[in-house]
Amino acid sequence: MNTEFPIPHEAVIVQRIEESPDIFTWRLRFTDPAVHAAYRFMPGQFNMLYLHGVGEVPISIVSDPEDDRLYDHTIRMVGRVTRAMAQLQSGDHIGVRGAYGNPWPVEQARGKDVIIATGGLGCAPVVSVINYVLRRREQYGRLVIMQGVRHSADLIWRDRYEQWARLPDTQVLLTADQSGPGWPFRTGLITRLIDEADIDAGNSVVMMCGPEGMMRAVIDDLIGRGVPEARLWLSMERNMQCGIGHCGHCQIGGQFVCKDGPVFAYPQVKELLGVKGF
Amino acid sequence: MSRRLYLPRGRLQLLIERLSADGYRCIGPQAHAGAIVFRPLVSVDSLPKGLGDAQSPGRYRLEPSRGERLFAWANGPAALKPFTFPARETVWRVKRDAAGRLAFGETEQDAPPLAIIGVRACDLAALALHDRHFLEGAVPNPRYRRRRERLFLVAVNCSHPAATCFCRATGDGPGAESGFDLLLDELEDGYLVSVGSERGHAVAESLTLQTASDAQIAQAAEQLAEAAAAQQRRLPSRNLRDSLFSNLEHPRWTDVAERCLACGNCTAVCPTCFCHREVDEPALDGVGSEHLREWDSCFTRDHSYIHGFVVRAETRLRYRQWLTHKLGSWHEQLGRSGCVGCGRCITWCPAGIDMTEEAARIAGGGPP
Repeated sequence: MNTEFPIPHEAVIVQRIEESPDIFTWRLRFTDPAVHAAYRFMPGQFNMLYLHGVGEVPISIVSDPEDDRLYDHTIRMVGRVTRAMAQLQSGDHIGVRGAYGNPWPVEQARGKDVIIATGGLGCAPVVSVINYVLRRREQYGRLVIMQGVRHSADLIWRDRYEQWARLPDTQVLLTADQSGPGWPFRTGLITRLIDEADIDAGNSVVMMCGPEGMMRAVIDDLIGRGVPEARLWLSMERNMQCGIGHCGHCQIGGQFVCKDGPVFAYPQVKELLGVKGF
Repeated sequence: MSRRLYLPRGRLQLLIERLSADGYRCIGPQAHAGAIVFRPLVSVDSLPKGLGDAQSPGRYRLEPSRGERLFAWANGPAALKPFTFPARETVWRVKRDAAGRLAFGETEQDAPPLAIIGVRACDLAALALHDRHFLEGAVPNPRYRRRRERLFLVAVNCSHPAATCFCRATGDGPGAESGFDLLLDELEDGYLVSVGSERGHAVAESLTLQTASDAQIAQAAEQLAEAAAAQQRRLPSRNLRDSLFSNLEHPRWTDVAERCLACGNCTAVCPTCFCHREVDEPALDGVGSEHLREWDSCFTRDHSYIHGFVVRAETRLRYRQWLTHKLGSWHEQLGRSGCVGCGRCITWCPAGIDMTEEAARIAGGGPP
């Protein structure tokens, strides 16, 4: 992370991709070539994206750290800033500062099976690590991707999941709490997928994001199957305004999600995970 | 603390003049709008002579006190926080040209050197905590650092604690032990002077002070011991982290939430509360925009907003966040409690909620 006190750098939207009626991806590049060349991040980290006169939002980076041409953010229109951001087009300029936070444990996971469990629309933070593992396939064991959505219509990137499912040593399991027509996958909660997943409890690292209740359920199930607590990793979300542990909004007990997370080992957040009000 | 010196009250003005001559803007306690507050100070005549403060839950009144003393009061609503961590400031600004290109720039960091006279031990303890929070992490705040480095602090040991004070229990007062440039003990006719820094030493030297007598030193020590003994309020322990977090469903949280107005007064007067929001203020010309930092409070709804969801929608959860943070998770974050025992949150609470009582009920093992 840059340790100088952060102000944004200008970046240009090289490409805008419409993922769904309310989700879009920006492919970005810093306009100053020196800034772009010096910029580093790891899967799981986030940037603060700034829209002129409107404000900043923390958004995780979905692209691969070794793609030095562009970096990508997938954004859902949900609040004041992201709704305004949705109006921008390719060629428009924004401000970016980062990268912030702790990344996914790609080192700890090396040589082991990687189990991904995500729920709801919170899949963007894990897409980065899925891509990271697939690009370095020989360094990792099996890849198991479990994704739950509330309604089958909520699933974005269906073609990507289908593509991943065809890869060797890769298992993709999808479920929807409620499914509509044309949904060939499972119906029900994500924990139902764990029975189908081929999990080697002693040789896996688990990476999760999504609703805390869902992560809690997956954690309880996996601990029951013998996965050690320190091999369970979660990406957490809270209000984040400064990104550097000063403003106080993102606290969960003693942890600042922006600088101690957003990726936590389960023991770090175990005490307050899913406790209403924290 | 080495040799102790004595400054007769009639020569206190020389201290102000010396600090002004050294380029400091002097700030001192003054009665203003019914309270003692820190304001620009030119003359000792502006100091609150013959005034004391009567404080109790939800109540603060200035009252006449006997004698010539200038520091016969406990504290006012504002500690040093507004000087080192202003309620509102621009952190960066941006201009957008006709082609939509953005130019970001830092704001100039104008921080005049300030000499603040009349600082309390609790204020110094709070400042040390803000130093840790804003300066000792991976990304220090340069604006805070600049203001902090240009501060000359003249502390005054507390001789008249308020009924709301409990700095003895938190270990932060009533006497100051470090963090000052000069430290005064106010006696009937003048001041015992102790030096706490090189800069303080230089100022004290220039005042050609007498050496304090044994009787004066004994009198100051006795007065300080009385100020400590006078404090009635206390916390159940200096570390309530585990006892608070093991009582998250205590019925008292609901009880206090029925009294709490969630107004945020406690967080505004608290010298250690550091939460701040970042907001943008676009100019009407559509070109410029300022990115501001301003005090926030965990008692607001927006404090815990994430993409269409509020983590702490109820007052019960907000009061619980405040108290479990202040007395609990500060230990994990900064190595000690976030409370320095100044009692401001008790005095300035419009509902008169006493955090020492709430802490005792919830974490002290007492009756709910």
